[in-house]
Amino acid sequence: MNTKEALYNFCLRLADNNIVLGQRLAEWCSRGPILEEDLAMTNISLDLFGEAESMYEYATTLVNNNSTADHLAFLRSEREYFNNLLVEQPNGDFAQTMMKQVLFSAFAKHLYEALCNSNDETLKGLAAKALKETKYHLRHSSEWIIRFGNGTEESMRRTQFALNELWRFTDDMFVMNEVDEELISMGISFNLNDIQAKWKFTISEIFAEANLQMPEATNIIKGGSKGIHTEHLGHLLCEMQYLQRAHPGATW
Amino acid sequence: MTDEQKLAKFEARILAGEKIEPKDWMPEAYSKTLLRQMSQHAHSEVIGMQPESNWVLRAPSLRAKKILLAKIQDEGGHGLYLYSAAETFGIDRAEMIEQLQTGKAKYSSVFNYPTLNWADIGAIGWLVDGAAIVNQTMLAKCSYGPYSRAMIRICKEEGFHQRQGYEIMAKMMTGTAAQKEMAQDAMNRWWWPALMMFGPHDAESVHTSESMRWKIKVESNDKLRQRFVNRTVEQAHHIGLTVPDANLKYNKETMNWEFSEINWDEFWAVVKGNGPCNHQRMAHHIKYHNEGAWVREAAIAYENKLQQKQKTTV
Ligand SMILES: [Fe+2]
Ligand SMILES: [Fe+2]
Repeated sequence: MNTKEALYNFCLRLADNNIVLGQRLAEWCSRGPILEEDLAMTNISLDLFGEAESMYEYATTLVNNNSTADHLAFLRSEREYFNNLLVEQPNGDFAQTMMKQVLFSAFAKHLYEALCNSNDETLKGLAAKALKETKYHLRHSSEWIIRFGNGTEESMRRTQFALNELWRFTDDMFVMNEVDEELISMGISFNLNDIQAKWKFTISEIFAEANLQMPEATNIIKGGSKGIHTEHLGHLLCEMQYLQRAHPGATW
Repeated sequence: MTDEQKLAKFEARILAGEKIEPKDWMPEAYSKTLLRQMSQHAHSEVIGMQPESNWVLRAPSLRAKKILLAKIQDEGGHGLYLYSAAETFGIDRAEMIEQLQTGKAKYSSVFNYPTLNWADIGAIGWLVDGAAIVNQTMLAKCSYGPYSRAMIRICKEEGFHQRQGYEIMAKMMTGTAAQKEMAQDAMNRWWWPALMMFGPHDAESVHTSESMRWKIKVESNDKLRQRFVNRTVEQAHHIGLTVPDANLKYNKETMNWEFSEINWDEFWAVVKGNGPCNHQRMAHHIKYHNEGAWVREAAIAYENKLQQKQKTTV
């Protein structure tokens, strides 16, 4: 795999994470526990779609096939999506949604921080912009987790349950393959084991403040970066891609 | 001062074009009407999020998805802003929501129609927000300060929504046969509900005369409706859409587009709860409000614990 191919694949991975999580958050639209939170989730969702769009746009410049960001978003099937398994998991209740957000945003924050030192100028710029937004997403979601962990018995129970349910998908974010090998060797991306150590530190602090127990590592599932997903992604894409697939060639 | 003197002074101020502020004296009927209208307006913004959110996950491009999400977010923001403006009457949001859910407070009937294809998102922005602008531009001149200011702020955003909605329709009308069909179908289903948004004829409107004297309303339903029709018909023709009204014709003398009588049986049926989505909209609102109860309780419990901690450490 040459550097360009690796970078293309890596951009898809980043963008796919954002679009899939953005889509999940958009499911909350008109369904939030309070109006302010409805809007906050829409806001995060909008940020993520924006990040996905610019990362797809960059990806299209790395291949010569006249594709657009919309082609990449709406016309690839689940086996061609490289997002992590965590982000495609169903929303569950509000505790699970916020837990998913904390686990992902803490990862994204450390990854973008590292990418701010990338040898690839465009990626560096994209990471710097996304980092700002990601910090806010992490703050927002971790505040809820801490509130829940110190709230009512019910909120504590739901939040611990959320962590236990989602933990199995977290290792998947740090899986490396030939894409990472190539990009690390060129100083474009970085070792995800180092990101994982930082991530672990960040979430441990949040969870300590929220009185949460770290779950046992059982039934760990991986596969996102190879395009091997859980059953949920296909349904998400089916809905998201409906109009583009039903009316090939139409513009909107 | 006697109540009569206060009333005389109040009416004189309104006549002079002054704004009434929350701390000012006002007749009970004035505050009652405004509270009813403002809470209804706030609820409409929030319930209106439902038919639009129905297409958020299926928006056909990244750009369309972002525009739609941002629009719905604006509407929610309008809701928040109007709830706080209504709170100037000493009622809180939780109480208003309870009134909505028990049917004591209403919301705009137009949101009791379903969004059945993507063009409905265009039609809502163009027609429903378009009609709302005509109404809200009038309300920006109303005598109650907080409401008037809310309307000025909100109208700017509604202008964007209207243009973005029209753009969706225009694009689909230059697209494939299927897209054109969807756009015309949406036009056929949303045209009349949009005209109904202005309410009954002036003669049949219970609140009109007093509301006009107190400048809660400054123009009549029929006049506003006519303004909307005049504006919108030409926009429809411009992109090749047919207005679903066989009697539509331009009157050169009055410079108005004349249109058929509205189906008032349908109008009242939807107002009274028998529209296609009345039950669905309310059930949705109640379901998610109830599902969020534990979140609100946890937030309050956490705040209380924080305050307790601060007390003990002081
Ligand atoms: Fe609005
Ligand atoms: Fe609007």
